[in-house]
Amino acid sequence: MVYFILKRLVQSVFVMLAVAFLAFALFRFVGDPVSQMTGVETSVQDQEKLREELGLNDPFAVQFYRFTTDMLRGDFGFSYRTRQPVAQMISARIPATLELGFVALLISLIVGIPAGVYTALRPRGVTSQTILMVTLVGVSIPTFVIGIMLIFYFGVKLGWLPTFGRGGTVNVAGWETSFLTVEGWRSLILPALTLGVYQLTLTMRLVRAEMMEVMRSDYIRFATARGVPMGRLYFRHALSNTLVPVITIIGLQFGGVIAFSIVTESVFQWPGLGLLFLESIRFVDIPVMGVYLVVIALFFVIVNMVVDLLYVAIDPRLRVRDAT
Amino acid sequence: MIAFLKRSEGLWLFVRSPAAIVAAVVAVLIIFGAAFAPLLSPVNPYDLSSFSLFDGLIPPLWQEGGNAKFLLGTDDQGRDMISSILYGARLSLIIGLAAMVIATVLGVGLGLAAGYYGGRFDAFVMRIADVQLALPAILTALLIDGIARGVLPADMQGDLRIAVLTIAIALSLWVNFARTARASTFVQMNKEYVQAAIMMGQRPARVMFVHILPNILGPLLVIMTVDLASAILLEATLSFLGIGLPPDSPSLGTLIQIGMQFLFSGEWWILWIPTLFLVALVVSINILGDFLRDVFNPRLR
Repeated sequence: MVYFILKRLVQSVFVMLAVAFLAFALFRFVGDPVSQMTGVETSVQDQEKLREELGLNDPFAVQFYRFTTDMLRGDFGFSYRTRQPVAQMISARIPATLELGFVALLISLIVGIPAGVYTALRPRGVTSQTILMVTLVGVSIPTFVIGIMLIFYFGVKLGWLPTFGRGGTVNVAGWETSFLTVEGWRSLILPALTLGVYQLTLTMRLVRAEMMEVMRSDYIRFATARGVPMGRLYFRHALSNTLVPVITIIGLQFGGVIAFSIVTESVFQWPGLGLLFLESIRFVDIPVMGVYLVVIALFFVIVNMVVDLLYVAIDPRLRVRDAT
Repeated sequence: MIAFLKRSEGLWLFVRSPAAIVAAVVAVLIIFGAAFAPLLSPVNPYDLSSFSLFDGLIPPLWQEGGNAKFLLGTDDQGRDMISSILYGARLSLIIGLAAMVIATVLGVGLGLAAGYYGGRFDAFVMRIADVQLALPAILTALLIDGIARGVLPADMQGDLRIAVLTIAIALSLWVNFARTARASTFVQMNKEYVQAAIMMGQRPARVMFVHILPNILGPLLVIMTVDLASAILLEATLSFLGIGLPPDSPSLGTLIQIGMQFLFSGEWWILWIPTLFLVALVVSINILGDFLRDVFNPRLR
């Protein structure tokens, strides 16, 4: 068990190093940092001086070492566009994206898992066929179109819900949360739905496929023959055996939520990481792009670690294999 | 022979599946319209002299104030919507198809080689694939686009926009092909015909492309269809985000982005007609892909 965790930790460190290297390469080779930081009127001598001060003439390995250690200390450099520290810009945006992603994921699980179980148990039913058809269309409609449709219907036509921004936020220990105000919740509904719908279809289809696979297996047939009550059979025997792949997908979906939040945040002008990333691409603001990558990779690594640990908790066989 | 049987069986299933028929008709209509856009559309939307501001914001023909000259109405610049949409669909399809082809060639090539040689090369390719799979396609495409903006000189950006976009999309989609091709190749490698071909001393390239490739085409065809839809969606999304094609050569995504400005006013057609086109195109391609998957995977039937 300890060995397993250690192995995962070492792997994670390598992944983070690789991403840090990518961010560093971006910063160093895409465009010239010095010409980005100075204006046209800066003399060549001054530019050379700045180059020396920034350590850009040092050997490559030394520069990379300095880059990573700076990052570990929380020094992410300055944005080309706003001249503010990148660390400050990113950390101000993190709560918005995490809260949006969390609610979207919740929607996808609460609706997706029961729908998946139902369509697997009654594959030929009219309701199931309808649900499946709707989800196929749902997968094909681009996220931004879903967002526009929701804005149009609930925002413009009915005028029920706000269509941009976060509404009211409350600052709790440096974390801007929209969970504590009514206006914040109202602003959260449409973006979270937009983001959740796509994930929902994925969850449902996966749960359905896994359930159908399990329902075909011998032990289910045997349990049916033994006269295990239906409810217990479906949920205790079948559903709990589909949990491992479902948890994997939830882990992966978290990545999807973060990535698609770029689109959702753009449609709803939601002030999160995705919007910041888009702005930084438009203005070729390399330091922000690099740090965004590192932060996203860190999310991924942490989520993957948690998923792996959950495996062990859920599947007793893994614990046994580990002990031998 | 097996391929022939599968095809005829597929045809039989096709005739019996109304959803697939409708999807095929819609897809063919849109692709036809896009391919012959210069012949079919009333005006050339790239030609600034072909429209005037006086014709701006005319609603579609069936609505009050419609004009027979503009079947689906005009946008705020007075551009004919049909022409914009046909030309836009043309660009979307060209970029989607090109990206899909590049991704197929790259992915299948790497996947075949990884499955054939195994060992270090396989491990290397699959590590890259794993890392990329962890990053969603849209993030990869955005990143490649961002890098291209930084690297290319400013005066070349406009001309290379389509190429950059295509490559960014292709590079974010190749992984699917590589993984599928590799897995299928592994299965084929143990078959006698492959072993025989190798023992006869045929060159690796010949074994891979002449012997193995035809036998793994089925699953690849499914991915090609699904990825064409993904490529079109990705392009539309990037253009919608304002990172893809510029407004003077709009794709469907750019048209939707322009239409967003009219979301709160009454000119619904500028936004919803291009959106309808995009959704119809992607949904029909996806239904066809789903249908193909069922044909090639009898277990699910």
